[in-house]
Amino acid sequence: MAETAGPDKVATAEQIGLSAREAAAPPRDAAQTAPPRDVGQAAPPRDSASWARKVDRLEVDHRSGVRGTNVAGRRLTGPVQGFGKMWQKTYRMDAGSRITPEQAIATWREHFPEFWPKGNRFAGALTGINPGDVALLDLSIGGGVKLSTGVFVLYADAESFTLMTPQGHMFAGWITFSAQREGDTTTVQAQVLMRANDPLYEVAMTLGGHRKEDKFWAATLTALGRRLGLPDPKVETRSTCVDSKRQWRHSRNVWHNSMVRSVLQTISAPLVGLSRLVRGMNSSTNG
Amino acid sequence: MNAPAITMDVRRFGQTTAVVDIRGEVTAACEPVLMSAYEAAGGPATSRLVLNFGGLEYMNSGGIGMLVTLLVRANRQRQQLAAYGLSEHYREIFELTRLDEAITIYDNEESALHGVVK
Repeated sequence: MAETAGPDKVATAEQIGLSAREAAAPPRDAAQTAPPRDVGQAAPPRDSASWARKVDRLEVDHRSGVRGTNVAGRRLTGPVQGFGKMWQKTYRMDAGSRITPEQAIATWREHFPEFWPKGNRFAGALTGINPGDVALLDLSIGGGVKLSTGVFVLYADAESFTLMTPQGHMFAGWITFSAQREGDTTTVQAQVLMRANDPLYEVAMTLGGHRKEDKFWAATLTALGRRLGLPDPKVETRSTCVDSKRQWRHSRNVWHNSMVRSVLQTISAPLVGLSRLVRGMNSSTNG
Repeated sequence: MNAPAITMDVRRFGQTTAVVDIRGEVTAACEPVLMSAYEAAGGPATSRLVLNFGGLEYMNSGGIGMLVTLLVRANRQRQQLAAYGLSEHYREIFELTRLDEAITIYDNEESALHGVVK
């Protein structure tokens, strides 16, 4: 009879080379620390520590290595606020039987930027991915231009985390990264629910943007798979058009388009630098 | 995948309005249950679908994604989607994800049924 590898057959942290923090990843919900409460007070929902606090507009700190533009003061955008067709794209990988969903997600949360394809930068908090964090992104769009935008950590628990996009991002929506046990194995996936944010992005997504995005997340999952010790990670991609209608009432989202703004920021950077230099020289002369 | 810990019961108010009472955990895993409830509630004459979240115990981001999918289906049928019974915590999540711009939130069943301003 074939031996089955259930949860009790999961490899130890040493066997799969996890850090102490990743190995200590607690099971679902145990990761969330319940605040003390008075007797008689209603218990907070057990998901309360997993969701970000409500924000109206994003605030950002300076992060080195990224331009950091097109995020501060922006509102978050979900699929309801986007322009283009609504897509659900799922990238799945079989992570084998040796690793638990909690270990996979702990590794992903802690080392998220390291799995991104070369040429793209994710500048998040040093502590990893936590609800309410804002990360700044510089994404390679060709011709030496970087698209500067960001993401907001909407939700994070021991088995999943979700990033939501701000105005001006290529798409309005969210990406959920999750892992779960299916039979004897752990399946890891990234699932995008999105609409292109404006008509320009819709055209760009149609003319190769979707393909580029598919490659991006397949490469990310492959890199995660290698970190988890998989010899030959294989990623399955599935795209479904959830709504083929475009929301023309949101076509004015183009005002915030970070691609256009990033190009303009790149072109004008030498002039902006020069004017700062002149201003600095003037103020030191006057002072 | 574990069976979803949720029940959804449908109550009809006349020909055009239906209420779905949601009790338990709203996650991506409960999509079949929600879609069955939608099929039961969303007949051709239904123009207003009201979600009662008074029994909501837990919701993750997968659950929010599923509500967006439901919204698309309702919009396709030209049905209005409304909600009530949300605790302060879940109301904030609707506002954070800006789902409240598409699913109108009411304080109680009566106002949700009649579409009276919050």
